[in-house]
Amino acid sequence: MIDLLAKYPLLSALFTLAGLAGVSGALLAYAAKKFRTEGNPVADEINNLLPQTQCGQCGYPGCRPYAQAIANGDAINKCPPGGAAGIQALAALLGVEPIPLDAEHGEEQKAPMVAFIREAECIGCTKCILACPVDAILGAAKQMHTVIANLCTGCDLCVEPCPVDCIDMISQEESVQTWRWQLPDPVSRRIDVIATDSVRSAVSQDRAA
Amino acid sequence: MLADYWVLLISAILVNNFVLVQFLGLCPFMGVSNKLEAAMGMAMATTFVLTLASAGSNLTYHYLLLPLGLGYLKTISFILVIAVVVQFTEMAVRKTNPMLYRVLGIYLPLITVNCAVLGLALLNISKDHSFLQSLIFGLGGGAGFSLVLVLFAAMRERLAVADVPTPFRGAALGMVTAGLISLAFMGFAGLV
Repeated sequence: MIDLLAKYPLLSALFTLAGLAGVSGALLAYAAKKFRTEGNPVADEINNLLPQTQCGQCGYPGCRPYAQAIANGDAINKCPPGGAAGIQALAALLGVEPIPLDAEHGEEQKAPMVAFIREAECIGCTKCILACPVDAILGAAKQMHTVIANLCTGCDLCVEPCPVDCIDMISQEESVQTWRWQLPDPVSRRIDVIATDSVRSAVSQDRAA
Repeated sequence: MLADYWVLLISAILVNNFVLVQFLGLCPFMGVSNKLEAAMGMAMATTFVLTLASAGSNLTYHYLLLPLGLGYLKTISFILVIAVVVQFTEMAVRKTNPMLYRVLGIYLPLITVNCAVLGLALLNISKDHSFLQSLIFGLGGGAGFSLVLVLFAAMRERLAVADVPTPFRGAALGMVTAGLISLAFMGFAGLV
C-alpha cells in the first residue's frame, strides 16, 4: 500500500484529502447532533414582544405566525396594536433601525378599545363568536351574546361579520384596574448623544410601563 | 522564551495588525461595524475561529502533509480545516446565542472566506511557527481584529448621528475613518 502511494503521488494526495474531508465531516455531523436547536428561539423572543391581540391586522392569522415571519425577515412595522413602542422594542431586539408603522395595516389607537354588543339588537347568530380570536364573546345560538371586557383585546374582528351591526368599539374607560402612571417621555427631555440612545430609552420606558 | 511569545502576541495585535497594517479581513471590518453589539459578537466569533484554525492548520501541515510530502496541498487543506471550524462556530453560536446568530447573518459563514483566517494559516507556515507559536499568533491576530473592529464600530455609531456632508455619508466616511485609524496603527511599527 505504502509502495503504491509512493509510486503515485496523485493517489496519496487524493487519499489524504479524502481522509481529511471524511474526518471533518464526521466531526461536523457529531457537532450538528450535539448543537441541535429545537424550534425557533428567535421567533419565541419576538412573540413575547408582540401584544397578543391575535387581531390579524398584520396579514398573518395571529401573533405567533407574525413572529415567525419577522424571524424569517418580514418587516417589523405591521402591528398597529403594538404601535410605535412595539416597533422600537422589536428594533432593539433585532438590532435594526426602527421604522414608522405601515399605515396599510391600520393605525395605532391611543386608548385601548373594547368591543360592546348592543344586547337588545343582538339576534344570536354566533358569527361574532366564531370571529373572536381570543374567545372573549359569550353566548349561544339564538341567545343574546356579550363581550367579556377584560378578555377583549380590541381587535375589532367581530365588527365586520355582525349581520345587524350591533357591535360598537368603545374606548375603554379608565378604572382603578386600568389606570397607570403617566411616565415622563425620556426622549424629549434629553439630547440623544449617540444613535442607540433613543432606542435604549424607548426600551427602558417599555420595561417601566 | 516567555518573552518571545509575548513579543509575538503584541506584534500580532498592534504592529502587524491583520486589518489595519496587512489589510486582511476588510470585508467584515466594513460590513459588521455598524452596530457595536454585532461587532463585539463578530469579534469574538472571528477570534475563536482564528485561534482554532491557526492551531488546526498547523497540526494538519506538520503531522499530515509534510510527512507525506504533500506540502503543495496546504492551501486547499487549510480551507477545509477553516470551513470545518467556521461551521462548528456557526452551530455553537446558533445554539448559545440565537439573537447574535440573527444579527451576524451572512457574515458568520463568510468567516470561511475571510482572508485573515487563510492568511494567518499560511503566514504560520512561511514563518515556520511551532504549534504553540501558531496558537499565540492566532490568538493575537484575533485580539487585534477584535480591537480594531470594536473601536471602529464605536466610532461609526457616533458618526451615524454626526452632521456629515452628503457625499461623505455612510461607507465613504467609513473608508476615510478606516484609513485614518490605519495611519495611526502604522505608528506602532518599530515597537518590537
